[in-house]
Amino acid sequence: MASQSRDAAIVGIHEYPSRDVDGKVNSLQIKAASAAKALADAGLTWRDVDAIYDAGEGAPMSGLMISEYFGIQPTVMDTTGVGGSSYEFHTAHALRAIRQGKAKVALLTYGSTAHSNAMAIGAGGRGGGVSPGDNMETFAGQTLIANYAMVAHRHMHEYGTTSEQLAEISTATRYHAMRNPEAVQAMTDLEFVGIQETTIEDVVSSRMIADPLHLLECCMVSDGGGAVVIASAEVAANCKKPPVWILGTGEATKYPQNGADITTSAGAQSAPIAYAEAGVTAADMDIAMIYDSFSITVLTLLEDLGFCAKGEGGAWVEGGRLRFDRPEDGPALNTDGGGLSSNHPGMRGIFLLLEATRQLRGESTSQVADAELAIAHGNGGMLGGRHSAGTVILGRN
Amino acid sequence: MSEEKKAPTRPLPRLTELDTAEFWRATKGKEFRYQQCSNCQTIVWHPRAHCTGCVESNLQWQTSAGQGVIYTYSIVRLSYHPFFRGMAPYAVAYVDLDEGPRFLTNVVGVEDPGTEVHIGQRVQLHWEEHEELSIPLVTPV
Repeated sequence: MASQSRDAAIVGIHEYPSRDVDGKVNSLQIKAASAAKALADAGLTWRDVDAIYDAGEGAPMSGLMISEYFGIQPTVMDTTGVGGSSYEFHTAHALRAIRQGKAKVALLTYGSTAHSNAMAIGAGGRGGGVSPGDNMETFAGQTLIANYAMVAHRHMHEYGTTSEQLAEISTATRYHAMRNPEAVQAMTDLEFVGIQETTIEDVVSSRMIADPLHLLECCMVSDGGGAVVIASAEVAANCKKPPVWILGTGEATKYPQNGADITTSAGAQSAPIAYAEAGVTAADMDIAMIYDSFSITVLTLLEDLGFCAKGEGGAWVEGGRLRFDRPEDGPALNTDGGGLSSNHPGMRGIFLLLEATRQLRGESTSQVADAELAIAHGNGGMLGGRHSAGTVILGRN
Repeated sequence: MSEEKKAPTRPLPRLTELDTAEFWRATKGKEFRYQQCSNCQTIVWHPRAHCTGCVESNLQWQTSAGQGVIYTYSIVRLSYHPFFRGMAPYAVAYVDLDEGPRFLTNVVGVEDPGTEVHIGQRVQLHWEEHEELSIPLVTPV
């Protein structure tokens, strides 16, 4: 641990509380409200921000627009947009900018009104993409859920993984969601049926959406957003909250290839880079914040992040070991309730950083006692197609 | 009051997309073509203008015999797309052609996709004809 460098830390966070803004708030307003609260959480103001990180949701020149809207004059701008893992990439880039002395206070923002806009993310058509890859695929009507389901089928075929094992992911995250008032409110606002702890049987008897994935293995589509403030060690020393250090980061991407193994994600490439930089291993993690777009995403990533060998994820998650009150069994999974049961406005990556930070500050609603190390891993794009992987290792002060 | 509503149709590829246009033009004659680099032998899929295996890039078009195996699949039971909603439940699959390319398609010619489609299943091309091109679907051998 002595070799760990502690050059940059998360010093301010905010998760926008509403998951259903009823069309009365737009995504920019969610970003600004969240940014102001995160800066206040750190004891900083707009004027302190010299680096902005925002995925821009595909809008051209978003780096210009967001700075003007916030009223800041950053000298580092980064609009890396790789889907839901963009915020783990932003964290990696902010760490590097701060290490290089190019920035002292970095602001990461996200806002979305996917629910209010009735965006059919999971079961909609693959939009009118004009990339050569899309031009070969759109005719087949593969929904986003079906893409992930294809990974699940292959995982089952190769390793004997079962729906009951995949359901463990859903029941653990719902267990945590029921302890998080914001998650309960989210499920209420989004009119979930049965807002209560779930059993394996509940999950596998819920409606099949795309074989072999059931309804309760799929994330919600909410409104929402949040912000993260990352500061240099010098700035962090004078912030209101204890710093949560960024110890290591890794980035990777993967895409459909002839003969490739669909059950292994780009996380297998990004995670070892992050662990090596942090000087830690999977076994050291107290908290695992892993992008739960679907149950299979987490199962695949638990393997790729080194918690168990490839193919052993199904047996490894059995018996409720992912719950926060089972620390002797390994890391607690998605203690905020995850994308399955708390917050998923389309790109969930920022919430992984927020809850990991709450855990390492001792502020979670499903707090793991003395949590020291957390991994936040975002998967952007489609697990069974082209996707990105961003890994961030965080450590308590 | 309004003209008769047209039945929703399958979204078709664009013949104006430069990397893939030649592939799609060949489907008019029910030919599944893919590229192989004569310099490094890499099979390049999806089609594009350069070789991903070497920088000498000498891509040649080859024609598949049209047989392959299902690598993985899903049965779509919920779609909000106007065409696919009417088609559900239907099977989407990655198919590994015997020559190497892995492509995304639908498995057709089965009564109950939920029980009749499997990983490892042998399939062959089944062309769905349209005005300017044909769509390469597959059906069990």
